Amino acid sequence: MDFLPTVWFVIIVVLWIGYLFLEGFDLGVGMHMLFSAKNENQRRVMLNAIGPVWDGNEVWLVTAIGATFAAFPDWYASLLSSLYIPLVFVLLALIFRAVAIEYRGKGKSVRWSRFWNAALGIGSLVAAFGIGVTLAASTTGLPLDANGDRVGGPLAWLTPSTIVGGLAVVGFSLVHAATFLALKTDGDVRLAGNRFAGRVSPIAVLPLLAWALIVQFSSGSPLSWALVVVAAAAVVVAWSANRGGSEGLAFVGFGLFLIAAMAAIFLAQYPVVLPSTISRSFDLTVASASSAPYTLGVMSVVACFGIPLVLAYQGWTYWVFRKRVSASHIPEAHPVEPAVRRA
Amino acid sequence: MGSLDPLLIARWQFGITTVYHFWMVPLTIGLGPVVAGMQMRWHRTGDVRWYRMVKFWGKLYLINFIVGVATGLVQEFQFGMAWSEYAKFVGDVFGAPLAMEALLAFFVESTFLGLWIFGWNKLPKAVHVACLWLAIGGSILSAYFIIVANSWMQHPVGVVLVKGHPVMNDVWAVLTNNTAITAFTHTMFGSFGVGGAFLLGISWYHLWQRRRDGIDTVDAAGRVVSGVAPDIPGRDGSDHSIWITSLRIGAVVAIVAFAGVAITGDAQGKLMFQQQPLKMAAAEAACHTGTSFSVLSVGKLGSTSCSDVVPIIEIPGLLSFLAKGNFTTTVEGVDQLLPQYEAKYGTNLPDNPIYGSRAGEKIDYLPMMEVTYWGFRMMIGFGGIAAFAAAVALWLTRRGTVPRSKGVMLLAVGGILAPFAANSAGWVFTEMGRQPFVVAPNPTGVDGVYMFTAAAVSPGVSAGEMLFSVIALTAVYAVLMVFEIRLLVRYVRGGIASAVPELAEPDQPESDDHSKSDVLAFAY
Repeated sequence: MDFLPTVWFVIIVVLWIGYLFLEGFDLGVGMHMLFSAKNENQRRVMLNAIGPVWDGNEVWLVTAIGATFAAFPDWYASLLSSLYIPLVFVLLALIFRAVAIEYRGKGKSVRWSRFWNAALGIGSLVAAFGIGVTLAASTTGLPLDANGDRVGGPLAWLTPSTIVGGLAVVGFSLVHAATFLALKTDGDVRLAGNRFAGRVSPIAVLPLLAWALIVQFSSGSPLSWALVVVAAAAVVVAWSANRGGSEGLAFVGFGLFLIAAMAAIFLAQYPVVLPSTISRSFDLTVASASSAPYTLGVMSVVACFGIPLVLAYQGWTYWVFRKRVSASHIPEAHPVEPAVRRA
Repeated sequence: MGSLDPLLIARWQFGITTVYHFWMVPLTIGLGPVVAGMQMRWHRTGDVRWYRMVKFWGKLYLINFIVGVATGLVQEFQFGMAWSEYAKFVGDVFGAPLAMEALLAFFVESTFLGLWIFGWNKLPKAVHVACLWLAIGGSILSAYFIIVANSWMQHPVGVVLVKGHPVMNDVWAVLTNNTAITAFTHTMFGSFGVGGAFLLGISWYHLWQRRRDGIDTVDAAGRVVSGVAPDIPGRDGSDHSIWITSLRIGAVVAIVAFAGVAITGDAQGKLMFQQQPLKMAAAEAACHTGTSFSVLSVGKLGSTSCSDVVPIIEIPGLLSFLAKGNFTTTVEGVDQLLPQYEAKYGTNLPDNPIYGSRAGEKIDYLPMMEVTYWGFRMMIGFGGIAAFAAAVALWLTRRGTVPRSKGVMLLAVGGILAPFAANSAGWVFTEMGRQPFVVAPNPTGVDGVYMFTAAAVSPGVSAGEMLFSVIALTAVYAVLMVFEIRLLVRYVRGGIASAVPELAEPDQPESDDHSKSDVLAFAY
């Protein structure tokens, strides 16, 4: 049963990649709504492109965290307690963002919608950055003592590497959302998405590549280096597809870039799940941080049954809502007036 | 101990965020099945009134649902953030139900709710309502898994002790823990009670408003004569029947829910007398062994000596009935139980760095009696009030409308809060009653599987960080509460037209069929 912790490491990596891939475009759409959209109709086109799916996408995060708790309690405990402050911001950001999606169109005043637009955009930005910081900390190290507790104060996680990680998820999400909007909408939003992806992607992908390289230089293997090359090649393919007007290939290409880069990072790190920058002997590893074989076995059965099912019905959702959203699809906003007779 | 105690702040944070989260959850669970049932009735009868009910109650359901989802995120993270020692100690068994919850319940809930929200006119009707049922099933399944996790803290089963840590060896024992089964059913009925009172209070408001606006009148026999108000969107021929039907559904749901709550609560109480006798003794302020149930006791309840507690009104035999099902078996009181706990689990916390400055401190095994005693009574009291009010409401509306009195209307609307309060009081009681343990020992389980709350908090997190998060989260939650209530009030007052906007535009035919036009039936 020695292989089970490794299986669970792979499952958790898959869950994180699934999260970054799916919520990547949701978070990016939130940022584009604040920074790129020209008017309310464009914002609503963008929002409704992710409308039916964003909540299901966010569950990938909850599942990644829950699976880490079940399979690697020590990893879960050390990582989350060490990153206390940034995770508080991530949670607040995700809370505001979720509520903003539901509430922004239900108010009467301009102030109301302006407030929720900001909550949605800034929430998406902060969440993306904080998730990047968290994963970068888990792959580049934290000052952990022998008990797995952070030393060095509340901001000990703040290093150049974690900032690169934060920027990596923000940059990727922006590009990913642009290609997503190009694929899922029509009209001005689609054009703007294509333009943004073409113009900004060469810079926006750099932090993720840098993060992958940081991990390679400290613990890379030939295979993980090869994945970095794949990631870089995927960017080139995606960028030229975008230039050539092939929206589907551009989306797939940038998606592949994420998958390859994250796989390269986690593969290089294996079997360490959370390095300690104080002493390598304090590193949390797949073996040292994992639950007992019985628990991992039970969870494996659940995952074998659950993950394919999730992929199937989430895939079906994307099929049901495959139609592009455009300005003419957006219904008018209806004011809600009290059903009361005025004297 | 410094001026700022991380343990105390972390406990407040957990209490605040969890009680708050469990205001949204029971409404989601209580309202969802009613909405789905209404949609099935609409499909079966084709009656537009059911369609309008689905739209109206469904809108309120979603406004509330999202805050539950958003605040639920915090729960998944804070075991690791603030309670890292706890997470490491119990992770082998406690993490599994949390992961199952995410993988088997949350995905279903979120994905299929998205399909329901956006699936109007896109999905075949049967598939569309099936999506709502699946989403509701996901909500209920997630409640089950989290209660399995919580019940393991109340009554650990299915584990062996390996190197001082509980290690799971029987997942079925964990999933079928009798503590979990009774707590889950109890919580479900408690949630249905919330849904029922919500339907009742809001429908009452609309029936009252219709009378106030002169739309409905009563004849000499007191029977309703319902009318229409062409100048008010939504107040047409079907409006009256929508509200009286919703009101009666709500009242019946609330009454049935309370019966369920009482039966499951009784079973749960009997279990707790065996599993955590000190919690129940504290709930009863039962200082000495006996058979009487305290209806009212006063005194310095916080004191552990019990010497200050003066019973004012007692019902002989009732305590025995609650605990054992007869009127004569004596139930052990605090004075008898405390020495047993001290003998078994020690009089002082071990001299272990995990307890920080609390190492070696004397252990107080008695939960805060004011909290458990009054929590227990508020739970039962508010639940009973809600059920009684629902029965009165059915009787008062037997002739088809509500009294004109504004005061009674305000009572009915305010009554929405009673089952919420009962739910919160119940959780506060059972969680505070578990103290000083975070994992309470199982009297018939494996020795050594328990954990003091004092050992559970994250050692690496400073009091300042905890203070920052508890202030930030509480402030944000308070703001969200204001927003949620404002929106609920606006959509409630808007009536059916707030959820079926075509009614506000007389030239547009009301229809759920937009297939000819390109416009989305629902859009954010």
